[in-house]
Amino acid sequence: MNPWPFVIAAYGLTALATVATSLWAWRGAARAEARAAQLLSRD
Amino acid sequence: MHALANPRRFLSIAVPVTTWFFWGGIALILLGCWAGLFVAPADYLQGESFRILYIHVPAAWLGMGGWSGLTAAAIAQLVWRHPLAAVAGRATAVPGAVFTAICLASGSIWGRPTWGTWWEWDGRMTSMLLLLFLYLGYIALGRSSADRAETGGVSRVTAIYALVGALNLPVIHYSVVWWNSLHQGRSITLTSSSIDSSMLWPLGLTVLGFTFWFVAIVLLRMRAILAENRIEARLRRMSRG
Repeated sequence: MNPWPFVIAAYGLTALATVATSLWAWRGAARAEARAAQLLSRD
Repeated sequence: MHALANPRRFLSIAVPVTTWFFWGGIALILLGCWAGLFVAPADYLQGESFRILYIHVPAAWLGMGGWSGLTAAAIAQLVWRHPLAAVAGRATAVPGAVFTAICLASGSIWGRPTWGTWWEWDGRMTSMLLLLFLYLGYIALGRSSADRAETGGVSRVTAIYALVGALNLPVIHYSVVWWNSLHQGRSITLTSSSIDSSMLWPLGLTVLGFTFWFVAIVLLRMRAILAENRIEARLRRMSRG
């Protein structure tokens, strides 16, 4: 059995999950902090 | 720890270090994966499929480490009433669940060419699957918790749930000792390793890299939750006139 398709699938899945989690966390923080700064600047 | 109880002080440290942890982690992950895929020699028994080790082990480490973090946060929340502990617990849950899922998926993919099966209901795999369900339960409980609107974190009930769930961690760790399993025994202890050093050093890079990256994601989530808190507090003040 050729092992490389399994190795590539495992690394590909991990890369996808890592990128998706990074984008989700980064965008969530950036949006919330920008909105908070915008609201607080009205004070 | 109490020095960081003030969210403003915490943010003054968290904001600059997030970027360093994130990009430092990504650099170590890429270097470790490259070395694991192209530099480390093939295993004499498993051949090339052993290379899945370089993502499977960090995923297992962070799946279990994430729940250890939840447990520490729960203790800090329940015992010392640390204001950021509940926020840290809530921020750790999703990345912890993601890594537990990666561990299960990569282990299953590794199992097919090595054991001839995608899944086996043995102690290690079943207790790891239980950890994923515990994470999902924690996330659901945290989202529905009554305290969230006030603190941004999870409720005391959710913190107690984290403490109870921690009982699964020694079961995962010792499952390969207690029960017969297709899963291999412990290869690395605090003092020794049965893995040859030519195969071990890329693992050190990926474990360190994914750990840095995990810390960065938790810090980003905590920053988002604290910002949402400020927004909610501001909107409440506005609605009162």
